Amino acid sequence: MTEIITANRPDAEADPPPIRLIATLALAGLISGVAIVGIFEATFETIAVNKARELRAAVFKVLPGVSQMQELTYADEQLVPVTEGMSSENSIYAGYDKELNFVGYAIPGEGPGFQDTIKLLYGYIPADRKVMGMEVLESRETPGLGDKIYKDDVFVGSFRDLPIDPIIEVVKKGRGGKDNQVDAITGATISSRAVVRIINENNAKWLDNLPSPGSEPGLRVETNEVVHD
Amino acid sequence: MIESENQDYNELIKGIWRDNPVFVQVLGMCPMLAVTNSAINAIAMGMATLFVLVGSSFLVATFKKWIPKQIRISCFIIIIATFVTVADYTLLALIPTVHKELGAFIPLIVANCMILGRQEAFASKNTVRLAVMDALGMSAGFVFALFTLGAVREILGSGSLFGVDLFGGAFEPWIIMILPPGGFLTLGLILFFFNWVTHRREIFLERVAEAERSGS
Repeated sequence: MTEIITANRPDAEADPPPIRLIATLALAGLISGVAIVGIFEATFETIAVNKARELRAAVFKVLPGVSQMQELTYADEQLVPVTEGMSSENSIYAGYDKELNFVGYAIPGEGPGFQDTIKLLYGYIPADRKVMGMEVLESRETPGLGDKIYKDDVFVGSFRDLPIDPIIEVVKKGRGGKDNQVDAITGATISSRAVVRIINENNAKWLDNLPSPGSEPGLRVETNEVVHD
Repeated sequence: MIESENQDYNELIKGIWRDNPVFVQVLGMCPMLAVTNSAINAIAMGMATLFVLVGSSFLVATFKKWIPKQIRISCFIIIIATFVTVADYTLLALIPTVHKELGAFIPLIVANCMILGRQEAFASKNTVRLAVMDALGMSAGFVFALFTLGAVREILGSGSLFGVDLFGGAFEPWIIMILPPGGFLTLGLILFFFNWVTHRREIFLERVAEAERSGS
C-alpha cells in the first residue's frame, strides 16, 4: 500500500515531558466523557419511551382483547399497583378491557436458552387457568433454528389457549395430542424446552400467590393516563 | 488544482476495489463474519462503521499535531470509542429493531482493526481533507464487502433479500449459510474470486504491454 505523506513529522523530535502526555490523555478522556454523557442524556428519553411502548405492545399481544394495563407488585403480601418510587423488579402486568374489567395477567420471565438468556412475556387468564399468548422480548438463539421460538407461527400459536394443568409439557412433533402439550421445534428442542421451562417456573412462582379470581386489583385511574398511543 | 482533485479521487476510490479493507487487506473480520447473515444487518453495521471511521479520521487528522506520538494509539482509541458509544445510543434510540439484531457487535466496532489501522496508517499523517476522503472510500469498500456477503448469505440461507421472499416457498434454505460456517465459506469463495480477477487482470495488462512493445 502506498500512503502519501504530506504532513511533516520529524522523528528526531525530543520526547515531550511525561506531564504533557498525562495532560493530553486526561483532556482527551474528559472531552470523551462529556460527549458520552451528552449523547446518553440526549437519547435517554427516547430509549425509555421505546422500551415502554415495546412492553405495552407485548402485553397487548399476549392478552387478546386488552386495552389498558398496569404494573402490579407485592407489597405487604398483597398485589398492589406499582406507584412511582417503588422498585419495578419482580412485578407483573394486569390487563383490562374497554369497560375496565380485569382480563388477565402478563407475566415476564427469563431463563437460560441455547446461547443466552431468553426473556419473554406470557399472558395468563386466571379464570380459565390458561396461557393466552407468549412473546419473546430478548434472545440470542441461533438464527434459522432457535430463533423460531418467536419466528415460527405454529410454535408461538401453540401458546394460545394452552391449559397449564398439571404442567406444560414439550413433546416431539406429532407425539403429543393432549391439551397441555406443546410440539417442540424440529432442530431447536433446547430452545423450545427453555421457553416452556420459563413459563412453568414462573407459574410455580406466581400462581399460588395471585388473588382468587374476581378479587384482582382494579385499574388505578392515574396509571390510566400515563401512555396513550 | 487538478492534481489535488485527482488525489482526492484516488484516496476515495482506492478503498472500494484496489485496497478494499475486507477483500484485499482482510481487516475487520469479526464484524464481517458475525453480522452478515442478512443484507439489512450488513448495511446497518457498515453504516455504523462508516460514521465511526469518518468521524475518527476527521478528528485524528485535525488534532494530529497536538497528539504526542508516544500516546497516539491511546488517543485514537479514546476517539474511536467515543464515536462508537455515540453510534450505539443513536441506533438504540432511533432504530431499536436494528440495534436488537446487531446487539453486542455495535460496541465491538471499537475493536475493528480496520478503523485503528486507518488512523495509524493514514489519518495521522495526512491532511484533514485527504483523511476524510480516505475514510469515506474505505467505509464504502467495507459496506460493499459486507453487503455482498450479507446478500449472498441471506439469499442462500433464508431464500430472501432485505426480508422479501425471492423464491415463494419453492426453495429449501441452506440454514448453514446463516450460521457461522456459512460466513467463512462465503468469505473464502469471495476472496478466491477477488484474487482470481486481480490475477487475470495482471496477466491481461502484461499482455497488452508486451503487444505494445512488439508493435512499436
